Amino acid sequence: MPHALPALNDVLASVTARFGGLESSEFRGETRVVVPEPQSLEVLALLKELGFDMLVDVTCVDYLEYRGAKQRYGLVYLLASTTTNQRITVRVFVDDPDPTVRSVVPLWRAANWLEREVWDLFGIHFAGHPDLRRLVMPEAFAAHPLRKDYPLQGRGERHNFPVITRDHS
Amino acid sequence: MALNLPAKRVLSGNVELPENVVVSRLDELASWCRKNSLWPMPFATACCGIELMATGAAKHDLARFGAEVFRFSPRQCDLMIVAGRVVMKMLPVLQRIWQQMHEPKWCISMGACASTGGVFDTYSVVQGIDRFIPVDMYVPGCPPRPEQLIQAIIDLQDKIQAEGTVTGREFDTSQRQLRKRALVEANALHVLDAARNPVVQRELSASVHRS
Repeated sequence: MPHALPALNDVLASVTARFGGLESSEFRGETRVVVPEPQSLEVLALLKELGFDMLVDVTCVDYLEYRGAKQRYGLVYLLASTTTNQRITVRVFVDDPDPTVRSVVPLWRAANWLEREVWDLFGIHFAGHPDLRRLVMPEAFAAHPLRKDYPLQGRGERHNFPVITRDHS
Repeated sequence: MALNLPAKRVLSGNVELPENVVVSRLDELASWCRKNSLWPMPFATACCGIELMATGAAKHDLARFGAEVFRFSPRQCDLMIVAGRVVMKMLPVLQRIWQQMHEPKWCISMGACASTGGVFDTYSVVQGIDRFIPVDMYVPGCPPRPEQLIQAIIDLQDKIQAEGTVTGREFDTSQRQLRKRALVEANALHVLDAARNPVVQRELSASVHRS
């Protein structure tokens, strides 16, 4: 699909009509909508009603010291329609301290682990998530390692394990 | 040949040996048996594991060196081959498997990642497994070819033959003996804490006095 289909423009029109001036853009056939954080759950619910029934991914970008960035974290919701094959990207920006968005688990159960992963690696809090625990890092891990201010080699977390030598094995 | 055969088949005291009797030291005999029947534990976490499989398969044929039987239970193995990167979440598993293996046991660190972390110089990857478990042989390469792994096994066989003893004395250190004996005696006392264990404290103070 090189261009957004007319149906997608209808979707954008109805979303904009309901929620006012949402910033949207198109790049190489991919449509992107920027949603203010307080309205994110409602916009995503409306998009689901309008046919975007599949949540492909939830992920995040840390825009720390990125030129032109107004807020630090940009959440990315990738939606797809299983009937029309259309795709839409929803961006929600949040900022320090305590970056929080509302969980979309009530809309898509697939969001459960995706949001846990974003919490684990970026430290974004998902309000209303049923089970917001770490997904990939060890439970005792303290930091959120995909944040830009986290050092690449870590803060020595992996050096805390006991050393087994020939003496005690 | 590893077995030390006497040049003349006559022992001291002029005891003549029949032709079908071989004389050696028990340590050498045990090592000779052990080195030719290594049972590898494949701890294969990455692409080195593919080369490890190739080493065990028909073309490279690890059976020539008596190490072809890969067991997936550490209880049945005496050679751990760590093939691939080990992340910090996997390390407690690696340590536990190593501790479950029977002695005498050896460890080969296969490839750049297992030995040094390789290109994965990140917060999550262990920068060399030898920081946390003992390693006998390192195999360079990314991944190493099967020939390199076979060379490491041959070198390990030489090491076992050179150092091995029937009771595993080569692994013993005084510290280890101290701790083992303390464990045995502490089991009766139900005190496993070395700092509060009178047996360990007595041993420690005795060793300080000796030195």
